[in-house]
Parts: sequence; C-alpha cells; structure tokens
Amino acid sequence: MTSRIFYIARNTFREAVRDRVLYNLVAFALLMTGGAVLVGQVSIGIERLVVINLGLTAISLFGIVIAIFIGIGLVSKEIEKRTLYTILSRPVRRWEFVTGKFFGLSGTLVVNTFFMGLGIFAALLYVAHHFEKSDAWVLVAIYLIVLQFIIVTALTLFFSSFSSPLLSAVFAFSLFVIGTFSEDLRGFASVAHGLTGWLATGASYIVPNIAALNVISSVAHSQPIAGALVLYNTGYALLYSAMAVCGATLVFERRNLK
Amino acid sequence: MKGSRQVASGATLLLLLCLAGSVFMLRRVERIRSGATLHEVLFISSPQAAKRLSLGYNGLMADIYWTRAVQYFGSHHAQGAQEYKLLAPLLDITTALDPHLTVAYEFGSTFLSTKPPNGAGEPEKAVKLVEYGIKNNPDDWHLYYNLGFIYYLELKDYKSAADAFRQGSQLPHAHPWLKILAARMSEHAGDLETARMMWSAAYQTSSDKQVKANAAAHLRALDVDETVPVLESIVDKYRKATGRVPSNFVDLVQAGALAAIPRDPSGRPYKIMPDGHVEVSNPDALPFIEKGTPPGYVAPKPKFSGSE
Amino acid sequence: MSAIEILGLEKTYAVGFLRKQEKRALHPLHLAIGDGEIFGFLGPNGAGKTTTLKMLMGLVSPSAGSARILQMDFRNPAVKAQIGFLPEQPYFYDYLTARELLDYYGQLSGLGGKDRSLRIRELLGKVGLQQAGDVQLRKFSKGMLQRVGIAQAILHDPKVVFLDEPMSGLDPMGRREVRDLMEQLKQEGKTIFFSTHILLDAEALCDRVAILHQGELKGVGSIATLTAGIKGKVEVFWQGSNIPASMQSLGAECHVTGDTVRAIISEEFQDNAIDLLRRDKLRLISIVPLRKSLEDYFMQQVKPGATSGAGA
Repeated sequence: MTSRIFYIARNTFREAVRDRVLYNLVAFALLMTGGAVLVGQVSIGIERLVVINLGLTAISLFGIVIAIFIGIGLVSKEIEKRTLYTILSRPVRRWEFVTGKFFGLSGTLVVNTFFMGLGIFAALLYVAHHFEKSDAWVLVAIYLIVLQFIIVTALTLFFSSFSSPLLSAVFAFSLFVIGTFSEDLRGFASVAHGLTGWLATGASYIVPNIAALNVISSVAHSQPIAGALVLYNTGYALLYSAMAVCGATLVFERRNLK
Repeated sequence: MKGSRQVASGATLLLLLCLAGSVFMLRRVERIRSGATLHEVLFISSPQAAKRLSLGYNGLMADIYWTRAVQYFGSHHAQGAQEYKLLAPLLDITTALDPHLTVAYEFGSTFLSTKPPNGAGEPEKAVKLVEYGIKNNPDDWHLYYNLGFIYYLELKDYKSAADAFRQGSQLPHAHPWLKILAARMSEHAGDLETARMMWSAAYQTSSDKQVKANAAAHLRALDVDETVPVLESIVDKYRKATGRVPSNFVDLVQAGALAAIPRDPSGRPYKIMPDGHVEVSNPDALPFIEKGTPPGYVAPKPKFSGSE
Repeated sequence: MSAIEILGLEKTYAVGFLRKQEKRALHPLHLAIGDGEIFGFLGPNGAGKTTTLKMLMGLVSPSAGSARILQMDFRNPAVKAQIGFLPEQPYFYDYLTARELLDYYGQLSGLGGKDRSLRIRELLGKVGLQQAGDVQLRKFSKGMLQRVGIAQAILHDPKVVFLDEPMSGLDPMGRREVRDLMEQLKQEGKTIFFSTHILLDAEALCDRVAILHQGELKGVGSIATLTAGIKGKVEVFWQGSNIPASMQSLGAECHVTGDTVRAIISEEFQDNAIDLLRRDKLRLISIVPLRKSLEDYFMQQVKPGATSGAGA
C-alpha cells in the first residue's frame, strides 16, 4: 500500500518536472529576483530590503501559480484525458491515488522552492557582498511560504476531485486570496451579531489562513520570528492540508468517471 | 462496497479531527502574532506605497484598512491601552487609498487628538489628517467642523477653531450651528454651554458608533458638571439658613428647596458629603466628569462598545 | 466454471438541468462467460457496452445488480490483480516513454523489479514495439498507442482480459496483428471479453457473442446458433443487361456491370428466379449460396425496436 503511494508520488513528480510550464514559471521568478537587484540599485541603503521583499513575494506568487496549474492536473486532467482508467483497473485504491498525487506535487514544490530560494540568496550576496546573521530569517520565511504551497496544493486537489480543471483553478485561487484576508474576516466576525457572526466565524476558520504564514515584511526588516510561531504554523498547515486531502478522498471515492 | 465504506468513514473521521486540530493550532498562532498584520503597517514607508501595493483595488483596501483601524482602536481601548501607535498610520493609509472616506476623518478628529487612554493624544497629526481631508473634499462642511473640534478641545486654540467653524459655515448645506459656534469661540470658548453645543453637534452629525458614544458620554458629564455647583449652592444656602449641613437631599426636599431627589444621568441619586460637597454615587459610571468626584479619584477607562 | 458472471447490472443516469429526468444506459443485464472463452460484446454506438465495462472495472457505480469475476465479488480489490483492461481510445501519460509507462503500471500491479524488466521486454516484443521502447508516448501513432494499451493490459499476466474496442483506429495490418494476439492469449488459457461494433472481427474470433441495443440484451449465443434462423441468400449471375420484369417482385437486388447482371435473392425464391431467366431466354452464368452472416442477425435484432440506429 505505501509503496503504491510512493510510486504514484514519484510519477507525479516526474510529470511535473517534464512539464514545460514549470520551467517557464521558475525562470520568471528568478527573473523577478534579478530585477529586484536592479530596483535596489536605485535607492541606496535599501537594496537588501528590496531584494528580500521582491524576491520572497515572487517566490510566493509564482509558487502558488505553479501549485494551482499543476494541481488542477492532479485529478481533473486525469479524468478528462482518461489516463485514470488504466490506473484504477489495477489494484490501486482511489484514496492511495489521491494521497500519492498530493505527496508528489508537494515534493515538486519543495524542490522548486529550493531553486528559487538559491536565487534570492545569490541576489543577496550580490547586493550586500556578504551574508548577515539576520539572513537566516529569510530561510524561515521561505519555509513558511512552502507551508502555504502545501495548503494550496491540498485545496486544488480537493476541488480537482469534483470540478473541471478551470473551475478548480478558480476556486483554489479565490480561497487563497480570501485566505490572505482571513484575519480581517475574523475581526469582522467578532463584531457581527447572530447568524452573520456565526457564519463569519466559521468561514474564518474554514478559509486557509495564509496571512499567518506570511512573514515577508518582518523578515525584510530583520525582525526575528518566534520559534513557537513556526511550530504552530507547521501544525496548522499540516492539519489543514490533511483535512483537504481527506475531503478529496471522500469526494473521489464516490465519483463516477465518465 | 465494504472497502469503500470503510475508506469513507475513515476519511470523514480524519477530516473532522484535522479540522478541530487546525482550529486549535490556528488559535495558538493568533495568540502569538496578535496584531502582527497591523504592525506591518509600520513597515509601509508611506501612504503612497500602500496605494502601489493595492494593485489598483484602492477602494477595497481602504475599506479593509478602515475596518482594521476601528477594530484596532476598539480592542486596545477595551484593554486599557495608554498609547495607540498604529492609529495614525492606519488612518493615513485609509485616507490615502480613499480620500473620500469622510468617516475616517471624523474618527481621527476624535480619537487621534484626545489624550490617552481615550485617544492617541496626537492632535497635530489629527489636524494634518483632517486638513488632507478638506483638500480632497472641499465642499464638505463636516470636515471643517471636525477641524474646529480638534483646535477647541485639545489644542485650546480658540482662534483657529473659530476660523475653521466660520469657513465651514460658508459652505452649502452647512449645519446652522457652525455660525453660532464660530461666534461663541471668540468670547465664550471656555463655557459649559459651548462645550454642550460642540458635543451635541458631534453626537447628531456623526455616523460612527464609537464617536457617538463618546459624545453622549461627554454630554452626560457636562450635565453633572453643571448640576453639581447648583446643588452645592443650594446645600450652602440651607447650611447658612439652618446652621448645619443636610445629611441627604430628603431634608432639602422637605424644606421645599428642591422638588424631588436629584439624580445624575446614570440614574443614581447625588450624595451630600459632610463638608457640604455634592458627589455622585458611582463616579465610575460617569466618565469625563470633572465635578462631583471624591478627592483623589482616578477614573477608569470608559468603554465605547457602541451600545449607548 | 464461469470466469465472469454479470448478475443484473444496471445503470440509470439522472439528466436534465435539475437532474429530474432519468436516462437508462443499461437495463438489468444477465450474462455468464466461461473460462477460456473469447466473448464478443456487440452493439451499435451508445448501446451501453462501455458503460458495462466501466461498471465491471469499478469506474462507475451500478444503480443495481452485481457481478462476480473469477468467483470473487467484482468490487473485491484482489480481483484487480487478476484482470487487465484496455479502455476505448486510450490515452496515456504522454510525457513517459513506453518502457517507463509499463514500468510504472507494473509497479502499481505489484510486479517485483526483476520480474518487471523481464516482462516489459517480453511484452514490447509481443506487441511489436521493441524499437519504440524509449520513445515518448506523445510521439506514438494511434496504432502504436493501441498496442501499448494491450501490453499494459496483459503486463501482469491476468486471467481475464477486458478490451473495449481493441481494433478501433487500426489499419488492416494492425487489426490482423491484434486478432492474432487475441488468439494467442486464448491459447494461453486466458478469458477475453471484448466489445466491438465491427462484426467481421467478432465473427473471426468469438466463441460466443452477445448483442446489446439501447441498453437491452437482444441475443446471446454462438454465432452458428444465432445465425441458424436467418434465411439464406443466393447470388445469381447471368449474361446480358436485361432484368426480367417479375425479378423485382421476388425482392431481388440487381446490379448491372457491363455485360453481366448480378442479383441477390432469398434462397427460397431460387427456383423461381431460374424459371424467369429461362422464360426470357437469358443465359445463367452461376448461382452461389451466400454465407449467413452475423450482420444479418445483427440488423434483425437492431432494426425492430430502433428509434434511431446511431444511438447517443
């Protein structure tokens, strides 16, 4: 059972790596980081700030796009193109398929982020000519961004299990955007009364809390990040993703494949 | 499908567990970084930068920052904060994104200028904010009122207040009180009557709950500040007439000096102290009062839940 | 012993904007296929053949009924290890090479490493793709994809093989190769259940067939049994280009080619035709009995209840 999940994950990774879209997006992200170096040159003294801000934002945005683009292929495309038929006629359980796909794509994103992260550190070295101790916090920021990717991947997988590729992408992206403002949603819920209040509170916990995983500005200003924050965020991201994958499993288990 | 049913129930159970777990983790995260998103406001180098970051969705972002400003102030105030560092940046960004959000100027004119703990104690910043508002909304008389309010209340600059009221009174649809207030500034600035007019105007013309509640509390305080000296003079007259201080107002009613036992705006009866002073029964219920408090009394922070 | 038993499988879809109407894709189907048979599942497009196969594969859940494959409930995961499936117009991960695809599928089927490489080499040879093993599938022709499809279906040496339109899109040579392959599988003792709408292939291969039309089973049995009831036809050639008047009334189809007329008439009117020709002094060249074909039987089954021949 576990070996099947591993094989599916590995094949998903292979598929992502051979997808040309991936390379274009990674190249673009690296380009943006390079651009950050130029922008930094314009105002002396804040090159480091600009490189970190722009670089991390580029990684974040492009990573989300990659997660969604490749994520919609996880199930929707397989059903559309009917590659799934010959897989499921083998002793592969549907939930193994879903889980394997999730791990495969998460693995892809981690590897991607690694390369994009190298780009940022290269740019930092270039503008500052040496590393500072506070640059280590950039690693923490990147780690938290990877957690965001994992959440978005899980969500895309969930939508992918019952929607068309296009709709899955739209839903996942919308949830990501709403998730960026999840704290404001919670704030609104705390002053709303009655049913609206309950709904808003519920929504604010169902929606992925992307804002909590975004420490880009703090890191750019060399602020330290609390260890407890990283710990609880990890727990949150993993539990939330597991929840979405369970949801995907539930939906996919009963789905009729046309 | 036995196998399928097992998977389905297993997945459902796991899903609910993960949901509960994620909520638990999230609450922990929030506790650690409470207000962190708000603090990032300090990292935005200028309101103009905020505009750029909004990618064109200025209106929506303005609303979001406005909501954040209101909640920031409300929650910090409820916790007894003595400073509100982020209020000015939040309001600056809100108004930079949407210069026509007049309620933001009104909010700032009250809560940026007032001294802590009921405000940020930054009247100069408040003035700048409202002047920016006037520049972008030249036909809004209300903003001139807000400006005059700041000068009158915190800066005690009655001339500038009068100028502001006068300018505002010349605009179309201006509230008639602006002319009156402009006139009173020159002679009767320190009067209770003027203060009462100011706060009445604030209460009537504001659309924000917190501002209204604040104004109502001030009006009640003015009531007390007016009533207490009157009561004390009646007590004094009685003392001069009978040679002793009345123990309570029942004596005065029986003596025909008062029609009924006087009550303060919170509904509680006034008390007569042995030395002839009049005090309120429960000073904590009446924020902002300056008369009728026991000696050495320190007021707690008032709450503006908007329920007044 | 039956390799496959279909016990009342049926499928109804809810259609329409509000999902209020019902569309019956398959009426309750009862079928038994014996061990080592090549069984043909025939019917026009839209008859419900693919729906049946998908239900057996667990891709679609039946509205009612069940099935047993190799004496196990068809939903039992252990069954999957013993069966192979080739879907209609298959599409495989086009970024993989043939070898990589078979390797992946082999892993999923639980084949061990050494076993796998051996089998893959063997199969690539069997389906005639030895040269194309390391070419990406996106470069494969339709025929080559079909062959990869068959390879993955028999990769793990299953006892029962399900093929949905295995000849579709193949040129005559390709069709011949697939036919030979299927014969070979039968020699190896496998049971083959395949659906097609090309009757000639069914005639050549099948031990028994079933005919499905608009979701209903119209006939089951060996070809000989099914065609027994069909009235035979004969082909009559005579010289000249004249057609005797009453020939048409015999229900003859006549074609004139140069100096010869060719007519097809029912067996029972054979003697009447000869008489007509003699009366008109036309010279008879030959009379040849035509083989009773499955096609005739098929048309008979499909025509009567048909509202439209080409289903949805």
